[in-house]
Amino acid sequence: MKLNGDLIMDEQKEQNNIRNKKSLIECRGVDVFYGDKQALFGINLDIGEKEVTSLIGPSGCGKSTFLRCINRMNDVIEICKVEGNIKIDNEDIYHPDVDVVELRSRIGMVFQKPNPFPKSVYDNVAYGPKLHGRILHKDDLDAKVEKSLERAGLWSEVKDRLGEPGTSLSGGQQQRLCIARAIAIDPSIILMDEPCSALDPIATAKIEELIDELKDNFTITIVTHSMQQAARVSQRTAFFHLGKLIEVGDTEKIFRSPDHEQTEAYVTGRYG
Amino acid sequence: MSKNLSIRHRAEKRFIAYGFISLILAATMLATIIGSMIYRSIPAYTNYSIDLEINMTEISAEDEFEDINFRGIIRSSLFSFFPEVESRSDKRKLFKLISSSASYTLRDFIIENPSYINKKFYFNVLFTDDSDLFYKGYVDTSLSESERRLDNQEVAWLNELKNTGRVKNKISKNLFLNGDSREPEVAGFWGATIGSLITISVTLLLSFPVGVLTAIYLENFAVKNRITDFIEVNINNLAAVPSIIFGLLGLAVFINFFGMPRSIPLVGGLVLSLMTLPTIIIATRSSLQSVPPSIREAALAMGASEMQVVFQHLLPSALPGIFTGTIIGLARAFGESAPLLLIGMVAFIVDIPATFTDPATALPVQIYIWADSPERAFVAKTSAATLILIGLLILINLAAVLLRKRYEVKW
Ligand SMILES: Nc1ncnc2c1ncn2[C@@H]1O[C@H](COP(=O)(O)OP(=O)(O)OP(=O)(O)O)[C@@H](O)[C@H]1O
Ligand SMILES: [Mg+2]
Repeated sequence: MKLNGDLIMDEQKEQNNIRNKKSLIECRGVDVFYGDKQALFGINLDIGEKEVTSLIGPSGCGKSTFLRCINRMNDVIEICKVEGNIKIDNEDIYHPDVDVVELRSRIGMVFQKPNPFPKSVYDNVAYGPKLHGRILHKDDLDAKVEKSLERAGLWSEVKDRLGEPGTSLSGGQQQRLCIARAIAIDPSIILMDEPCSALDPIATAKIEELIDELKDNFTITIVTHSMQQAARVSQRTAFFHLGKLIEVGDTEKIFRSPDHEQTEAYVTGRYG
Repeated sequence: MSKNLSIRHRAEKRFIAYGFISLILAATMLATIIGSMIYRSIPAYTNYSIDLEINMTEISAEDEFEDINFRGIIRSSLFSFFPEVESRSDKRKLFKLISSSASYTLRDFIIENPSYINKKFYFNVLFTDDSDLFYKGYVDTSLSESERRLDNQEVAWLNELKNTGRVKNKISKNLFLNGDSREPEVAGFWGATIGSLITISVTLLLSFPVGVLTAIYLENFAVKNRITDFIEVNINNLAAVPSIIFGLLGLAVFINFFGMPRSIPLVGGLVLSLMTLPTIIIATRSSLQSVPPSIREAALAMGASEMQVVFQHLLPSALPGIFTGTIIGLARAFGESAPLLLIGMVAFIVDIPATFTDPATALPVQIYIWADSPERAFVAKTSAATLILIGLLILINLAAVLLRKRYEVKW
C-alpha cells in the first residue's frame, strides 16, 4: 500500500510540476462508491494553499462527490464509502482518531442552492462561532458577525435588518449570507459547490469578486459549470470526466493548451 | 383551440360548483347535528325549584347538626300547602315531587350559616326531574295516566304549587358544578370534565416526550435494519388498532399485572397514552422528514453534531407539525370512551376528582352513562354534556392552530 502510494505520488508530482504554491490538501488514490456503484476512480489531486482551485467537468462526473470527501460530508450518506488517502496539512482526515466535528469546523462549505437557516441574519452568521464556543462575549460576537458580513460584501445591505429572517433576503444575498456564515468560523478551507448557479449575472459578479478577495486568506475549491467563471476566479483547474481526474494544471494552461483532447473538447464547448 | 379552451373553462367551473355543493352539504349536516344537540339540551340548563318556608324556631343552637331532622322540617313546610293531605301514602307521594337532595342542601346550608338556626326563612329547594319536566311542558297530560310519569293527583298538586307563586325556574348550577348523581336534577358534568382533564394531562405528559424522543431516535439515530423496520411497521399498525384493544391491554397490564387501582385517571391516562403514542410518533417523524435536507447539510457542514442538528434545526422547524399531530392525537384521546370503560372509569362517581389517583370518570364516559340512563331528564343532560365535549375539543383544536401559527417557520 505504501509502495503504491509512493508510486502515485511520483506520478502526481510529474503532473503538478508547474506548481509554485505549497499544497494544503493532498488526495491520493481516492475511490468513492455509492453502494456498488463507483463514482470516483483513484483521484490524485493536490490543492494549493491560499489559491482558488476550480473543479470542472460534465454533469455527474463526480465533482460534488469529490468536494464532499474533503469535509467528510459523504459520511452522512449511508451507502457512500470513501477509500484512499486525503491529507489536510499532512493529517490524514479519514484516520479513525479524527473528530469529524472538529474537522468540519475548519472547513467552510457553500452549497449550490442558498440554504440559510430559518433564523435571523444575525443568528445565521453567529451560529458557527457560538456552536464551537469560540466567541463568548456578545460584543465580540457582534464584531465577528459584522466582519464576516463585511467580507461577504453583504454588510451594507443588511446592517439594518439583522433581525429579519435570513430566508427573506434575495437569492444572491442569501448566498452571500451563506458565505458569511461559512467564513465566520475562520476556516482555512472553503468548499463551494456551484455557488452561483442560482444567481443572476450581477449577483454572480459580486460573488466572484468576493472569491477573489477571499483567496488571500482562504484556500478555496469551487465547483463550477461556467468555463468563464473558472477562468476568471481560479488559479488552478481540475477537469473530471466519468469519475476520473483527467487533467489538472494552471487555469491558464488548461484553457489555452490542455494536454488532453477531452479537456480541450470540454473547455472549448465542443463536448458531447 | 378556442373550443378546447371553453370546454376546459366549463370543466373548471363545474368542478368548483361540485366542491361548493359538497361544502354546503357538509356544513348543513354539521349544523343539523349541533343544532339538534342545542335544541335537545335546552331543558338541562335550568331547573324548577320552590321557595319553602323553613321554620327552625324549635331548634336551639345546642343541638348537634346530626340530630336535626332536616327532612322533617322540609316535609312539614311542603305539607303546609296541602292541609287536606293526610294519608301516609299520599304524603309520601307529595314529598316525592321535590328532590331528595333537598334535605342535604338544607343541612349543608345550615352548617355553613348556623345563624339561621332559631329563625324562619325561605329556602329554595329543587323539584325532581319529573316535576321539572312537567313544568317545562314535557309531560303530555292528554295521555292516559298509566302512560306518563305523573298521575292526575301529582299534576294537580304541581299546578296548585305553581299557583302559590313560589315556584321558580333557575339556572341549574348543579349541571355545571356537580359530579354525577342518581338524581338527574343534581347530576352535573364538572366531575367528568375534571376527570377528563386530569386523564388527558397524564396522557400529554407521557406521550408527548416519549413519542417525540422515539420519533427522533427512529428518524435520526437508529440503524436501519430488520428490527427497526419491524418496529416501524408495528407503530404504523398500532395507529389503526381499535381503541378498545388498548383498554383490554390496560386492564391486563396496569390493573391485573401491576395491581393499579381501577377507575383512576392515572391508568386512564396511561391507556390513552398507548393509543396516542403512534399518532405522535408518526406526526413527528413526518414533520422531521419535511425539514429540507439542505438545512441538515448546512448545519452538519458547519460542524454541528447529529444531536445539535436535531435540537437546533430539525426540531424547531418541525415543531408546528409535531404540535398539530400531538393535538390531533390528544383530541382523539379526549373523545375516547371505550378503553376507559374497560379500566373501570365508568363507575358511578359523585366526588370531583382532585388528583390523578382519585376515582374519576371522563366526559365521553359520562355521556355514555347518561345516554344509557332511563330517566328522561338525562336526555337533555346528555346533549348538554356532548356540547361541552365538543366545545372543549374546539378549544383544543384552536390551541393547535395558534401553536402552529406561533412556531411556523418561513422558508
Ligand atoms: N447520494 C447518492 N447516492 C447514489 N449515487 C449518487 C449520490 N450522489 C451522487 N451519486 C452518483 O455519483 C455520481 C457523481 O455525482 P456527483 O453529484 O458528484 O456529480 P457532479 O459532478 O457534482 O454533477 P453535477 O455537475 O450535475 O452536480 C453520479 O453518477 C451520481 O449519480
Ligand atoms: Mg454537483
